[in-house]
Amino acid sequence: MTTTLANAVTEIGPMHYMILSFIVLAAGISTMLTKRNAIGILIGVELVINAAAINFVSSWNFYHPEQLDGLAFGLFIVVLAAAEAAIGLAIILNYYNNFASVDVEKGDDLKG
Amino acid sequence: MITLALEGATNALDTSTTVEPLLFFVFAGLTAICAWTIVFSQNIVRMCLYLLFSLLGVAGLYFILSAEILAAVQLIVYAGGTLILIVFGVMLTSKNPKISLAVQPWEKFVAVGVSLVLLAMLLLARLNSTMPLQRSAEVVDELSKEQVRKIGVNFLDVDGNLIIFELVAVLLLAVMIGAAFMARRRAGIDE
Repeated sequence: MTTTLANAVTEIGPMHYMILSFIVLAAGISTMLTKRNAIGILIGVELVINAAAINFVSSWNFYHPEQLDGLAFGLFIVVLAAAEAAIGLAIILNYYNNFASVDVEKGDDLKG
Repeated sequence: MITLALEGATNALDTSTTVEPLLFFVFAGLTAICAWTIVFSQNIVRMCLYLLFSLLGVAGLYFILSAEILAAVQLIVYAGGTLILIVFGVMLTSKNPKISLAVQPWEKFVAVGVSLVLLAMLLLARLNSTMPLQRSAEVVDELSKEQVRKIGVNFLDVDGNLIIFELVAVLLLAVMIGAAFMARRRAGIDE
């Protein structure tokens, strides 16, 4: 048990990165669920996207470093996250114009 | 004596096996702790700040994973661009900072509980899976060599990621037009 623990501390493998991405994913989902501020929800989405990107890049590095697909998808993820933030903020600004607030609880006109 | 100590230090630095775990735990700790601080923070500007540090930690992890170009893009586009965009959103939408947008404690409890259950399920699934735990060692040194050139060729290669590259380009154009259209100033609403 102690040797496995020492190995887990001294040898960084794909498992470490995957566990880190799970932790960041859980933090992102918690953020999305617990914020009433629409921008807070957007920040949660950014965390989830980052968790996925960590997974892509670590899998690329550890399993298939000769193919560049993991790295390329990491770059695409960054671009898509930027696009998502721009559109999300445009939607939030529209919401703010309509409700004079970024509280997502107020957007219940459709009684959803 | 000092030269000996310096030599020892450089030797320790040269062997990446001793430094890499330390760097990993520093950056991973920064990323994970800042990510969870966002969950329990109430101030939206502080949440942005913690997101910045979390993104910086992820960029450091990319450096360790020898994805230098991706780490640079993460720092420039994510930490420099997207985060500034979010801060602008905060600035434009917070006329009254006194309004509290906190959820009920039981709601927070349930939400964090649900995501922790998800975390436990993912960990169990990963621990029971049969994916290999070691890297294939021989290719690793080649990773950083001409990485930018390789990724550029990969983007413009039909056998590479050309289609995704073009799709992302069109998507960025659509996003630019759409965001400018949706966030435009309309007569009668803003006044």
